[in-house]
Amino acid sequence: MPMTRSILFLNRHAPHGSIHAQEALDAVLMASAFEQHIELLFVDDGVFQLLAGQQPQAVGLKNFAAAFRALEMYEVEDLYADREALLQRGIDAQDLLLPVTLLDRPQCAQRLAAADVVLSF
Amino acid sequence: MPVLHTVNKSPYGNQALSSCLRLALPGSHILLLEDGVYAALAGHGAERPLCDYLAHSRVHVLDPDLEARGLSGRNLLAGIARVDYPGFVELCVASSKVVAWF
Repeated sequence: MPMTRSILFLNRHAPHGSIHAQEALDAVLMASAFEQHIELLFVDDGVFQLLAGQQPQAVGLKNFAAAFRALEMYEVEDLYADREALLQRGIDAQDLLLPVTLLDRPQCAQRLAAADVVLSF
Repeated sequence: MPVLHTVNKSPYGNQALSSCLRLALPGSHILLLEDGVYAALAGHGAERPLCDYLAHSRVHVLDPDLEARGLSGRNLLAGIARVDYPGFVELCVASSKVVAWF
């Protein structure tokens, strides 16, 4: 019986200016194959990854954001975003491409502290 | 065991340190390395949140990165401890996990 650990993916960067967001999603999909408990936490500019209506094809990039909607099929269901980061950036929950749980600062800190492993992107 | 947070960006023009300070629970350890070491210097404008953090938690700075940047002789914020590479390794193995902020 393999050991199940909780892995929290900490996403802090906007989607198309660097490779971080896409690599995070690739790593999430890979980790999901190993039956680990996976959580995604979006803070800082990472919340921009969740914006609906992204069309990165316009600048010749792959639309990996669409894969967020497939996460449920991989039993990755614990998606969290920092409420303050959304507020600072003028983003409403209804602007997001999928439903995520909004957390206040202490709850974000608690999720980070509770995970067995935190992988930052 | 405490969580070790590593920060490798300058506090000027990058959110890594401020986000780390926002989300690290009291009792965690922070290690400033690479360009993160600029935050360890005394007398800079962004020192206040780090000083507040030092009141209840430990902050370390990687000495070779200070040396590389000509900062060895500069005053550090009170309470920040210099570590060398073996010290960095010891911090890692004494931590429940490492969270990287970059």
